[in-house]
Amino acid sequence: MSIIKVHKLFKSFGDVNALQEIDLEVNASEIFGLIGPDGAGKTTLFRILTTLLIPDSGSANVCGFDVVKDYKEIRKRVGYMAGRFSLYHDLTVQENLSFYATVFGTKVSDNYELIEDIYSHIEPFKNRRAGKLSGGMKQKLALSCALIHRPELLVLDEPTTGVDAVSRTEFWDMLQKIRKKGISIIVSTPYMDEALKCDRVGLMLDSKILSTEQPENISKHHKNLLYSVKSLANNYIFLKALREQEWCRSAWLFGQTIHLGVNKDIDEIQLKKELRGMKDFESYEKISPGIEDTFIELMGVKGPDN
Amino acid sequence: MKRLIGFIRKEIYHIFRDYRTLIILFGIPVAQILIFGFVVTNDLRDVKIAVLDQSKDEVTTAIMDKIISSGYFVLEEELQSIDQIDPAFRTGNIKEVIIFESNFAEKLEKNGQADLKIIADASDANTGNLIANYTQGIILNYLNEMYKNIQIPYTINKYERFFYNPNLKAVYMFIPGTMALILILISTLMTSISITKEKELGTMETLLVSPLQPWHIIIGKVMPYIFLAFSNAVIILILGYFVFGVPINGSIILLLVSSILYVSLALSLGIFISTLSDSQLTAMFISMLALMLPTMVLSGFIFPIENMPKIIQWLTAIMPARWFISILKQIMIKGSGILFIWKELVILTSMTVLFIVLSIKRFKIRLE
Repeated sequence: MSIIKVHKLFKSFGDVNALQEIDLEVNASEIFGLIGPDGAGKTTLFRILTTLLIPDSGSANVCGFDVVKDYKEIRKRVGYMAGRFSLYHDLTVQENLSFYATVFGTKVSDNYELIEDIYSHIEPFKNRRAGKLSGGMKQKLALSCALIHRPELLVLDEPTTGVDAVSRTEFWDMLQKIRKKGISIIVSTPYMDEALKCDRVGLMLDSKILSTEQPENISKHHKNLLYSVKSLANNYIFLKALREQEWCRSAWLFGQTIHLGVNKDIDEIQLKKELRGMKDFESYEKISPGIEDTFIELMGVKGPDN
Repeated sequence: MKRLIGFIRKEIYHIFRDYRTLIILFGIPVAQILIFGFVVTNDLRDVKIAVLDQSKDEVTTAIMDKIISSGYFVLEEELQSIDQIDPAFRTGNIKEVIIFESNFAEKLEKNGQADLKIIADASDANTGNLIANYTQGIILNYLNEMYKNIQIPYTINKYERFFYNPNLKAVYMFIPGTMALILILISTLMTSISITKEKELGTMETLLVSPLQPWHIIIGKVMPYIFLAFSNAVIILILGYFVFGVPINGSIILLLVSSILYVSLALSLGIFISTLSDSQLTAMFISMLALMLPTMVLSGFIFPIENMPKIIQWLTAIMPARWFISILKQIMIKGSGILFIWKELVILTSMTVLFIVLSIKRFKIRLE
């Protein structure tokens, strides 16, 4: 059974196409990740799913209801955490939570066990104003508020942006627990490493969804050879030099090394010769592509910075 | 209903936690009413004048005494020649010069006629006119008293009496006017900003993706602010009564009920404005600019409606302040009861309902 069904969805703002021919299906009780850079159209898609925007054409069903016609039904069933955590900064943690509970016609105590895991982290600060919380705590409070009415679907728009690494890891652990309680989750993120924590991911770029896969299968889309290259001197200068070669498909910095994708028409022996001819070359190693490599490959650019 | 109560509770937290805004909300009306009451007034008091008395006899002295003792005028300078008049106006704060011709008493006695010249500074036309009229009035008064035993054939005796405001105090006009102006500005500002603030902070996005209905949000925003705006109204009334001596001759209950009605109208107008704008700044501009001038000019606060061209008179009918000022004057000054203001009350009620319905209709249930 699918909780989200999107068919040939188009949306534009004036001349700008925000979504083009989006097809998407999200199964019940799965964590679906929507990965893509800023401006890919993730937020627009989420706003259509949460009935905040009307699509130009195409259809979208959430929890079995049409996002345009039955928006009222969807609003009862969805928990939405917007990109900017929608918290009232002058209200305390507890007041925020109970406000959202009453708005959804429930009480904090009714669904407390659902949010207990998350809320227990911030409960010691329940009398603190939400504006005075750290990014990680705001995120936990916003998640508690979105969950308090036990929604069927949780829509999280970049929940980990601006949150420290420890909180991010904790956050994904919480999502796993929520999923186990039967709540479906669709989450967007610009961080590709988070894709591995989803059941399935959709890669989104330039208002299109490129592919939807289980995270471990994404790298199958990478059909070219990939190498990890080290340079003796400045990696950045070497990277620029690599990008000027005509056999270079992609080259980008990955930690202390450079990930280099090459065209099919050059084999390893030839490549070795070419690399040795370059200034400051140290060593290379053949590697299998990760999710970021695949994403760059699918984007058809030379690196994440262009 | 629980949703509405929860929403109202949240609004009350917002109001009382933001004490700076609270101070402004209460400070501005008090400051404005005091400023308007004391400064913006047509009443003459202690106007500085000079005299050029070329006769210096018992009649001119008596007339001058009368003028000075009226309280409207203060004698600043005694001039010696005509040449001094112009410099006196230019250098001093002199607003008027009174010139008696020579042998004033004698001529008056002999010919039954003597000349007196009033020169007023008309760089402020209204004040100049007023000064001259007041002076003239005092002089005529003197003459009447002086020669009351002499029967002049065919005189019309004029007795003036001003009902409801016997001393013609301008404050009687300014307090209702200022109250109507301040309440509409502050109240519209309160609700329009409070809703656009949620749009700016992004909390509106979450409220929309919830089972809250537009009327929950609109009524939930209006209700708590009614109490706030109403306390403002009460403060202004108290200031008017105790500081400026504006009477409350009619029913206080009726006065308070009308005030609640008027602030509810202004708050609904504020909500309506918030449906037209997405930012606090726009809301503020609409609330201040679009309301301030029309309310001041068209409500009868400063310019009498009866003197306006017919088309403008019709236009004044859409100004809520016009009807409220009328109610205030009826109840406070004339002491009229509900029979004399029911029309105004009906108009204000319909305007309130209209704005609430329009707001609910225009309220965006989505982001675009």
